Amino acid sequence: MPVPLSATPVTRARAGGRPRTGPLGYAVLVLFTAGSVLPLVWTAVAASHDNTRLAHTPPPLWFGGNLAHNLGVAWSDANLGLALLNTTLVAGCVALGTVLFCTLAGFAFAKLRFRGRNALLAVVVGTMMVPPQLSVVPLFALVAELGWTDRLQTVVLPTLVSAFGVFFMRQYLVEALPTELIEAARVDGADSLRVVRHVVLPVARPAMAVLGMLSFVQSWNDFFWPVIALTQDNPTVQVALTGLGRGYVPDQAVVMAGALLGTLPLLLVLALFGRHIVGGIMRGAVKG
Amino acid sequence: MTSAPPTTVEDPGAEPAPGPPRVPPAADRDRRAAWRTRRHRWDVRWSPYAFVAPFFLFFSAFGLFPLLWTGWASLHRLELTDMSRMEWTGARNYLRLLHDEFFWNALGNTFTIGVLSTVPQLLTALCLAHLLHQRLRAATFWRVALLTPYATSVAAATLVFVLLYGRDYGLINWALGLAGIDPVDWQNGTWSSRIAVSSIVVWRWTGYNALIYLAAMQAIPDELYESAALDGASRIRQFRHVTVPSLRPTILFTVVVSTIGATQLFGEPLLFGGAAGQKGGASHQFQTLGLYLYEQGWFGFHLGRASAVAWAMFLILLLVAAVGGLLARRLRADR
Repeated sequence: MPVPLSATPVTRARAGGRPRTGPLGYAVLVLFTAGSVLPLVWTAVAASHDNTRLAHTPPPLWFGGNLAHNLGVAWSDANLGLALLNTTLVAGCVALGTVLFCTLAGFAFAKLRFRGRNALLAVVVGTMMVPPQLSVVPLFALVAELGWTDRLQTVVLPTLVSAFGVFFMRQYLVEALPTELIEAARVDGADSLRVVRHVVLPVARPAMAVLGMLSFVQSWNDFFWPVIALTQDNPTVQVALTGLGRGYVPDQAVVMAGALLGTLPLLLVLALFGRHIVGGIMRGAVKG
Repeated sequence: MTSAPPTTVEDPGAEPAPGPPRVPPAADRDRRAAWRTRRHRWDVRWSPYAFVAPFFLFFSAFGLFPLLWTGWASLHRLELTDMSRMEWTGARNYLRLLHDEFFWNALGNTFTIGVLSTVPQLLTALCLAHLLHQRLRAATFWRVALLTPYATSVAAATLVFVLLYGRDYGLINWALGLAGIDPVDWQNGTWSSRIAVSSIVVWRWTGYNALIYLAAMQAIPDELYESAALDGASRIRQFRHVTVPSLRPTILFTVVVSTIGATQLFGEPLLFGGAAGQKGGASHQFQTLGLYLYEQGWFGFHLGRASAVAWAMFLILLLVAAVGGLLARRLRADR
């Protein structure tokens, strides 16, 4: 995406009584960052040894030479290549669908007047309370009925819209989209679809990008329903990792290699778009 | 969308016509204008519904309908082995639940692990946010680094922690050994396993919650701190008497969200339990409601009972939400 990422400055209020962080503060931050990152680093360390080395004390603290081999075994034994492809497809579709549908609905709730708007918005927010467990049994029955076991649409369709996304886009558009702009377009004779294409979408683009990334991460990590709906024959990454962890391959080093492979793409996303994801979470939080 | 009549296609580029515009016959013009008005009115009236329709369609199909169907199924005997047959049993599934010690065990575990994970997670997040709110070098770096666990999936994170918590060769027991502490059986101990499962949740969500608190802190006007400082309040007092009270709604929000998350806890205990993960450990010591549902439905084949568990979870959540709402109202009244 050609968005000039590095050009977005972090706004930092210089005024006021906010104290400067002392050395102790930095020490605590370093500690927490280490706590956040080290388990992942150690995943790579463990993935670079063989299984017998992992069954020894002290545990390995530095990289060994077996990484490529373990990655290869994980790749072939746990169907990880297929799993990565599947997950990319699923998360991509979910992100696209979520962004499209939530932007439309968010725009309608933010700027259009229609009967029942407030009631419908309340319903949207209310749906956030419905836990996924409630739909598992009937969805499973439906999937079995339709013969959709192991098909990707099984895990795409139920998560294609999100109440959070609608709410997120609404909050963004309420402020970012001047009502006069829509009125001006209307006076020029634009119908609603043209307004969406030429006024709403350009304004909403930053929020759409953030929502897309958040949905992608969430869909990539989705666990409960995929584990129930899919099998090891056509898994997502999480399903494949579950298979690894539950003893299809007893080799711990290989399990770690799989965990590493399943996490790396998202770490890449985080490294590239981290500040935008941070901004999105924070923006969603204040208003939510 | 309806298509426009051929002569009224908008052409914004040709707007400032040089000569006098060609005027169509009056009757024709009126008819076209009337049609345009009608189309416009129709568009303004119905487009909003078209825009929100996808959400409600998908939600009805994959949220609402299943919700109701699950309720219906919970009143039946329904087996995974023969899903075409439903046999009405009334409230029997629920009564069975109430008499199943493993249901109460799962409920207790869900509550215990929920408290063990939510409380430290939110307290730590609050302190972290406080640090991040100060004037800080490389502010973005710290924020992104704290999100690494958020980007790690339940599966990957849990598999790593299983190894870290290993009894004989795990890194954590080895480190404890260096400090002179005997090895802990993290997987089979009652409390140690619950703590281990909770720690995975804490690890994954603390940074995320810290960002939410940070966002709320940035909305607090600096003048509040300045006047507190003028009154001679120390930093710790400022934190307690300015920051925390201003954050109350956000704290409540995170408490409710974390509670919902804790009620649904599934992946961490499942994978922490290894090959028989659905049992939540050899003596069900960390089996949560989510796992209990999974075990009833997909290992015991009793989908009717699993549905009853799902509805029980839903009712518990509604209760939590109601309590949260009441608390929120109380807090608002206090101000």
